Amino acid sequence: MPQQQLDGLLGGLPFFAGMSDEALELIAGCGRNVHFEEGETILRRGDPADAFYVIHHGSAAVGNFVPPRGEVVVEAIHDGDVLGWSWLFPPYRSHFDARAITGVRATQFDGACLRRKCSADTAFGYDVVRRFAQVLMERLQWTYLRLLDVYGNGAGG
Amino acid sequence: MATALAAKTGAFVPLPFRVAERRQDTVDTWTLTLEPEADGLAVAPGQFVMVHVFGVGEVPISVSGLPDCAGDPIVLTVRAVGAVSRAICGSPPGALLGLRGPCGNTWPIAEAAGGDVLVVAGGIGLAPLRPVVLHTLSHRSDYGAAAVLYGARTSADLLYTDQLESWRDSVAVDVTVDAADTSWKGKVGVVPKLVTAAEFRADAVTAFVCGPEVMIHFTVEALRMRGVPDERIYQSLERDMRCGVGLCGHCQLGPTLICRDGPVYSQADIGPYLAVREL
Repeated sequence: MPQQQLDGLLGGLPFFAGMSDEALELIAGCGRNVHFEEGETILRRGDPADAFYVIHHGSAAVGNFVPPRGEVVVEAIHDGDVLGWSWLFPPYRSHFDARAITGVRATQFDGACLRRKCSADTAFGYDVVRRFAQVLMERLQWTYLRLLDVYGNGAGG
Repeated sequence: MATALAAKTGAFVPLPFRVAERRQDTVDTWTLTLEPEADGLAVAPGQFVMVHVFGVGEVPISVSGLPDCAGDPIVLTVRAVGAVSRAICGSPPGALLGLRGPCGNTWPIAEAAGGDVLVVAGGIGLAPLRPVVLHTLSHRSDYGAAAVLYGARTSADLLYTDQLESWRDSVAVDVTVDAADTSWKGKVGVVPKLVTAAEFRADAVTAFVCGPEVMIHFTVEALRMRGVPDERIYQSLERDMRCGVGLCGHCQLGPTLICRDGPVYSQADIGPYLAVREL
């Protein structure tokens, strides 16, 4: 896909909402469109975290293999969501597995490429990190809510 | 006069109802259809009845069906979490239960006509909201966009799974679970998160919310983030209800008695009191 088309595609996603054309151009320069078949592994725990994904269509399960239970899903990622943030922090290794629940169309961003651009242009870097912080904050908030186990038995008559 | 007297009697004296049908929904939840032995109860969506198990005790249960008049069967979905609710769930067809009511106020479904409808339910909270969904389905042209957002702990804890599928023909249905294995192909996450992506007009939607109080809190916050005013966010509360008629005071929350003035409140009316931990 030509870079201008990728810029336009990204601009319509919530994660990039309000980002300047220049910043979209910078970020799109590190991206390429990819497709995963149902059941295909997108991220594997322990592998180098050299990319993140923005999902255009489809669903992916984030989880971990927990013996003897098998694969446990902790979150499902869908259209418009961001997948992967280990590319942003040392040691740049994936902490969880991600697997396509359905066919997934996504844009894959080269983490090393984007880190270089963030370091070279700190205003751009701040904008990118701020957007990831927002995603992290929301996921942390929802995770806290799940830890409360609100559907557990309360006092009952 | 006779009707008023019957209603008064039904509020204080249990009327005999017989279990006509019992269906297990999940490992700890059953749906019972109860038929009146003589006088029935006209229970509106949002209201609850005090269900009396003879020799065991009495608990408040919201109706999950949509009775049209006093002679209709009453449908209750009950989660077995205590002595009385376990006894209700264990009542086989033919068993006799006592019902007092109807108690409390109703969901403002008619007032929502002309706008969008958003139902947000967590766990057993879908049961009191099922009448809202059934009413919306049976009066579909009266409403704009309509969506049901439903969350449970796991896929095995989801209620009305067969009905959720049929509802999709007329309203948007989005389901999520807190935890899953690989056999679950749907969403994993908490139900308030579904609000962020739901399709509705913030300036024309009425939101009906029921579930654990913490889940309601986060759902209200998510609705506010979408621009829904507090006056059109309705929630059904469950506190320590004993008498069901506003006499004993156990369910007092600030200036209100939930069994008498609720259980349905707008966020504008009840929000300030929910924020006070001492209440």
